[in-house]
Amino acid sequence: MKSNTLLAVIVTVFSFAASAHAELKIGLVLEKSGKDDKSFNQSAYVGLKRAEKELGVTTKTVEAPDNSAYESLQRAFAEKKFDLIIAVGFHQLEAVKKNAERFPDQKFMLIDEDAKEKNVRSAMFEEHEGSYLIGALAAMHSKTGKVGFIGGMDVPLIRRFQLGYEAGVKKINPKAEVFVNYLGVTGDAWNNPPKAKELALDQYGRGADIIFAAAGNSGLGVFDAAEAQKKLAIGVDSDQSWIKPKSILSSMLKRVDESVFDSIKLLKEGKFEAGLIRYGVKTKGVDYAVNEYNAKMITDADKKKLEELRKDIVSGKIKVPDYYLIKK
Amino acid sequence: MSDNLMVVRTSFIQRFFQSIGVSSFQALLRSLIKSFAGAGLGLAAGLLVCYYAGEPPLKILKILYQSSFGSGYDFGMTLYYTAPLILTGLAVAIPFKAGLFNIGAEGQLTVGALAAAWAGVLGAGITSPFLAVLFAATFAFAAGGIWGAIPGFLKALRGSHEVITTIMLNFIAAGMTAYFTLYTIKDPNSAQAETIPVPESFFLKPYEVFNGAPMGNLIWFLIVLAILMHFWIWNSRWGYCLKALGENERAAETYGITKQRVWVSSMFVAGGLAGLVGLVEILGNSHKFKIGFSADWGFVGIAVALVARGNILGVLPSALLFGMLQKGAGSLDLETEKVTRDLSYLIQGLIILGVASEGLWDGLSRFLGNHLKQRARAKQTGGTK
Repeated sequence: MKSNTLLAVIVTVFSFAASAHAELKIGLVLEKSGKDDKSFNQSAYVGLKRAEKELGVTTKTVEAPDNSAYESLQRAFAEKKFDLIIAVGFHQLEAVKKNAERFPDQKFMLIDEDAKEKNVRSAMFEEHEGSYLIGALAAMHSKTGKVGFIGGMDVPLIRRFQLGYEAGVKKINPKAEVFVNYLGVTGDAWNNPPKAKELALDQYGRGADIIFAAAGNSGLGVFDAAEAQKKLAIGVDSDQSWIKPKSILSSMLKRVDESVFDSIKLLKEGKFEAGLIRYGVKTKGVDYAVNEYNAKMITDADKKKLEELRKDIVSGKIKVPDYYLIKK
Repeated sequence: MSDNLMVVRTSFIQRFFQSIGVSSFQALLRSLIKSFAGAGLGLAAGLLVCYYAGEPPLKILKILYQSSFGSGYDFGMTLYYTAPLILTGLAVAIPFKAGLFNIGAEGQLTVGALAAAWAGVLGAGITSPFLAVLFAATFAFAAGGIWGAIPGFLKALRGSHEVITTIMLNFIAAGMTAYFTLYTIKDPNSAQAETIPVPESFFLKPYEVFNGAPMGNLIWFLIVLAILMHFWIWNSRWGYCLKALGENERAAETYGITKQRVWVSSMFVAGGLAGLVGLVEILGNSHKFKIGFSADWGFVGIAVALVARGNILGVLPSALLFGMLQKGAGSLDLETEKVTRDLSYLIQGLIILGVASEGLWDGLSRFLGNHLKQRARAKQTGGTK
């Protein structure tokens, strides 16, 4: 009798261990700004949590304390034999490269850069294409013919947003004026809403009525300014309309969550492939946001025009300028 | 006359004790105990927080130990975090001897690191590794030094307070280096904000034992450098001027020390040392300058100097302690369910508080001393009765 119970306990324990072993383990390494940045990293975290719920995988998330920690965090996951390590952000490129060579059988995923390693799936987003559609939308809604762009840190990635946005605005209204400001040249630029608000108030003061904020957390300052001036703003990365429903026209979506979820799903189905995957307007990896808040602002005519532009970009009829490809 | 004789007669050991700010072995012990007790108290308070967050303190201690010394790689990474802190700790501790508070190590190290990367671009033809490293080190030291000397000059010429000017120069350094990185020596093959990589002759080779962690001979160089700085300050005329000015400005001036000269020179040396972080990062690790590479080393350096209680040699163990905590921040996040990297910052803060609250210790020891005396007296009076 007693030995039977013991046996039962042992069997349960072992079957637990076995089922735990069968579950896929996914490690996520986030940037310094972490999973509550309301934008890029949060999007990756949301994708991971969705996979945990829908696909039944085990996950562990770490937020790097500084830019030198990526390599050792990824390495710790690899040594713990995680099935997939997801590295978020271009800062992690070199760390992923080194670890991919050190652990050739380990599967990696890198977001926002191309690692060019045979065990790394790299996801890159065509931000310029999404920004082009957003620029077109802004020009359609601008009454003054003046729109603004506020970038976070002055780095090539955000220049890419700016260039696409400007091209989109000019496509709809060739005479339109675009005001451009950047918050700064250090990491603090992502986290400075008061300064962003000042810049936005200045741009509104000069006649702009819509401002696209590609500035991480600082974008909150732009939304504040839009609310105070009763003008419009456009969010970035995640769908940010909920923050100020009446003042946010739309958001330039960068579906990091989709790319994370897709990769985990493919891994589970045994179809995971390394190599570069580009998420553009074609697959709606970058897109404009339509939601319950802005449904009244974005009309069917707007959508029709935007879908035409999307088709033209996909077919190659429209060439959206890409900052990464411009050689100085 | 007899005083002079005394000076001549002081032995090397006594001089050494003097140099680390104590009068005897016992005093050294007392000072060490104070520092350790402070750090221990801070750590204990941090572990108490963990306990209430639902993680057993022993587990946290084990994680911190494993993360620092668990493997060759871990130890190498700990040293990689320690190395810049030795330099920035010195960069704060040395001007502190002259009564200056250098908050600008972050800017100085940024400028020094950019200079090291630039040296790689300019000296692309240098094939001898020794000359290449020397070339980059000279650049880094000079650039950081000049950046550090600016607040010294401003103080000497206009009386501007160095705390304000060094903080402002941190921002200017960030802006200026970002500009040069993006527009002057940007790597055309990269979409990121980084400079052209330095040629291979500039690389500092890491030790094999560290299994991929970027640290090699440099750590010995830094340890020797700290020891040399210590003896230089305690045995040179310059060091004497520095300390005299820090102890009593009026007296030092009356004695004939030009304070302006000391301000500028001590800030130059401090800035140069901070600039040498460029060796750790550019030549040792990433081989190029990246915007935002520093893990706030310039600011943590202030804490390092504080916990070393302004002692030049004390910077070495203090830097190791903070290096361990910086390395451990990620591991805490990784190995636990309920606490995050922020716990490491909390422990750092509590340790600083524990060590810096000197008044608390003095008060406590006086209280205990009085208490003991009273008890002894009570016993005595009790005995006579």
